[in-house]
Amino acid sequence: MYKGQSGMWSWLLHRVTGLGILLFLFIHIVDVSLLGFGPRVYDEGIALFDSVIVRLLSLSLIGAVLLHAFNGVRIMVIDFWRKGVKYQLAMFIIALALTIAGFIPFAIYILAPVLPFLHIHTTTITK
Amino acid sequence: MRISTGYGTKPAGGGFETFSWYFFRVSGVLLIFLVIIHLIVMHVTTDVACTTYQFVAQRYDNPLWRLFDWLLLTLALLHGMNGLRVVIDDYVRGRGARLVLLSTAGTLTLVFFMLGTITLITFQHSANVGVSCLH
Repeated sequence: MYKGQSGMWSWLLHRVTGLGILLFLFIHIVDVSLLGFGPRVYDEGIALFDSVIVRLLSLSLIGAVLLHAFNGVRIMVIDFWRKGVKYQLAMFIIALALTIAGFIPFAIYILAPVLPFLHIHTTTITK
Repeated sequence: MRISTGYGTKPAGGGFETFSWYFFRVSGVLLIFLVIIHLIVMHVTTDVACTTYQFVAQRYDNPLWRLFDWLLLTLALLHGMNGLRVVIDDYVRGRGARLVLLSTAGTLTLVFFMLGTITLITFQHSANVGVSCLH
């Protein structure tokens, strides 16, 4: 009754994105702790985040965060609104749509410095 | 045996699982705001190539940003580790394996919380702050 339906996919995606975000949180707490070793060491760590591959990884993280956030709101609406269960599938589709809508501007801003045809950043040009 | 749930019907009884159920929701709502602001500050209004030591030093001159980051650290870690606890409860059946995994998760929570908190508290705006952007 549950297997294979929309509820299963939203449940699975919530769990997988949650664990993925947690894994990144561990890495992130460690890379921020490099602050204690001064500007040279910390900025070397930040240089990693500037690479194209890690920019793409950051984007996938942002997609996971947005989906987890919007689906989290959906879960709370199901919990606290009497008609929530009735509209769970519609709300899952809305959560997916909002994730894509939120993802696009982040993708443009994050990839602009490495894609020459997107000139929106002024911060990277200043030395 | 399925002990805990982070999803679905609120556990009855008023014990730890009920507290966990509410904690997921309250911390979740706060994290939506904290995380989205954090992502915009680090990736949109400033490019990640300019989130250097100098950028952090300027931000941390204001103690409210340290408080913001500490709230983000604490809530994200507790929300995420509570989620990991639910996942371990769901999939690991053996008593010994459960004990090892749950105590490892507890220890990791404490270690990462302390590492993050110490980093936030001990950061000092030194004379040499390095470059504003990497390139």
